[in-house]
Amino acid sequence: MDMQVAKKKLGLKERYALMTRDLGWDTTYQPMNKVFPQAEYEGIKIHDWSKWEDPFRLTMDAYWKYQAEKEKKLYAIIDAYAQNNGHLNVTDARYINAIKLFLNGISPLEYMAHRGFAGVGRQFPGVGTRVACLMQSLDEIRHSQTQIHAMSNYNKYYNGFHDYTTMIQRVWYLSVPRSFFDDAITAGPFEFMIAIGFSFEYVLTNLLFVPFVSGAAYNGDMGTMTFGFSAQSDEARHMTLGLECIKFMLEQDPANVPIVQRWIDKWAWRGYRVLTLVGMMMDYMLPKRVMSWKEAWEIYFEENGGALFNDLARYGIRPPKFLDQIAFDKDHISHQAWGTFYNYAAACNFHSWTPTDDEMDWLSAKYPNSFDKYYRPRLEHWREEAKKGNRFYNKTLPMLCQTCQIPMIFTEPGDPTKICYRESDYKGTKYHFCSDGCKDIFDHEPEKYIQSWLPVHQIYQGNCFNPGVDPTAPGFDALGAVLDYYNMAVGRDNLDFEGSEDQKNFEAWRGMATKNI
Amino acid sequence: MGVAAIKEYVGENKDRLENFHGNQLLYVGWEDHLMFCAPFAFPFPPAMRFGDVIEKVLPGAFGYHPDWAKIDWSKVEWFKSGQPWAPNFAKSLAENGLRHKDVVRFRTPGLTGIKGSCS
Ligand SMILES: [Fe+2]
Ligand SMILES: [Fe+2]
Repeated sequence: MDMQVAKKKLGLKERYALMTRDLGWDTTYQPMNKVFPQAEYEGIKIHDWSKWEDPFRLTMDAYWKYQAEKEKKLYAIIDAYAQNNGHLNVTDARYINAIKLFLNGISPLEYMAHRGFAGVGRQFPGVGTRVACLMQSLDEIRHSQTQIHAMSNYNKYYNGFHDYTTMIQRVWYLSVPRSFFDDAITAGPFEFMIAIGFSFEYVLTNLLFVPFVSGAAYNGDMGTMTFGFSAQSDEARHMTLGLECIKFMLEQDPANVPIVQRWIDKWAWRGYRVLTLVGMMMDYMLPKRVMSWKEAWEIYFEENGGALFNDLARYGIRPPKFLDQIAFDKDHISHQAWGTFYNYAAACNFHSWTPTDDEMDWLSAKYPNSFDKYYRPRLEHWREEAKKGNRFYNKTLPMLCQTCQIPMIFTEPGDPTKICYRESDYKGTKYHFCSDGCKDIFDHEPEKYIQSWLPVHQIYQGNCFNPGVDPTAPGFDALGAVLDYYNMAVGRDNLDFEGSEDQKNFEAWRGMATKNI
Repeated sequence: MGVAAIKEYVGENKDRLENFHGNQLLYVGWEDHLMFCAPFAFPFPPAMRFGDVIEKVLPGAFGYHPDWAKIDWSKVEWFKSGQPWAPNFAKSLAENGLRHKDVVRFRTPGLTGIKGSCS
């Protein structure tokens, strides 16, 4: 007969020790460096993995329970939002283009983050680090799933949402966020942690999530807002992981400091370039503005980031390079980016437009040093021409930066009237860059960046047409063929907001919801 | 060291000249006219006359701008990789020394875009 033994309840600390650190062991059949083959090649020296401090002491069983609760609440709200036609409560249909940008450009990165953390979680010899990466990996796949669910609701009513998995791999502007993450995921495990765990999740995350989540709240999009709040507790954990990771590397060996510094320089720049898209969204795409890009940069980077780098100074870490240039450019990049999407609206899966008079005045007030002088004249000119039926559609393909893959739209440090051109020669070929930051990154690892899949060059090589398409046929419509390859519906997904199907449908449906017609 | 890697690693340049079916890339930017958000990229045969680029291709790319029709081509200043440069319109790209992925810019003195904003 079995003896009934009173089960001893484990304390939090004990339970944590048993369910995380105790799960690891040193291998004997194979040497540890063969089991963890990526642990050393980046030059980071770790002497004692047990010094890793787990920021959250969360165990897997508690993780599942907690996340399931959160997810249940989130889906209840997403369902209610869908059933009540919540999409008709947004400020105006232009707002939906901000969601298109997010779901096409950012959600796939959530999935890549899932893969990335799963990958590095396998590669770190330290158990605590591995468990933390596993949890973040799961967080990220949950984020991508909930975002896909949120998107499926918009996809029922609006254009441009229907094929984000193809588009992220093909569409010219989506190569910007995609190549950013491809760069991180093909780096070693330590660089990945600085790239995504620290630079993106810690230093820059507020610049991504606050604008979108507050933007959603300001513009009546409860679904997206709820997702944002639900993800917040995960984000807090991610930020702590990123910070712990960098401190751990810096404390383990002074020789790690210059390596980590270079990664900070690189990934602050890479992240900043991707955030150009967010800046443009804030300044141009939210019918009800939250704050300007410039204000967000000042609060979330200059103030908060400044405090962080003061704190890291004791390890010999300095703030990222090129901050002077970034400080100058905060008056310009959002306008330059919106102008780019206005130029190439024919090849885009969201709509663009010229701001209203009120919006132009808001921009003048937020950007007294730049808007009226450099950007208002071109926007007003475009608006005039559009009124005459001569809307500007740039149909010639732009030159791209080899590193960030953004068209060469950025201007010289200190001179917003001159495009910034930089180039390097490597093995007898020229490579071009939008900035000193992007050139620096290339020059340090040219073998990596010569492989960039640059959409414009790929089109010219004939790699962006569907099978069977003959580009030598008489009267061949190259742009049309490329849009087919992108799976973009011409006249629905692309072109100006004015006159778009989205605009007409939203007006009609909102009319039905609010008037007796 | 061209890259951090666990073993010998060689990348593939995706934009080798031979991938462009007999063309080479030429990038062209118009100074002080940033209404065109970035310089353009074109695939041209190296034997193409440089003047044909100006006369037959660029109007389609830049012609939307009200300044385009006002350009006095005899006064235009040219730059190659940022250095002053004097193209011969009658000669080919190759004869003008233009190689794959070269970048040229032109400045049109007196023309500074929409309301002088360099747009
Ligand atoms: Fe996430
Ligand atoms: Fe760049």
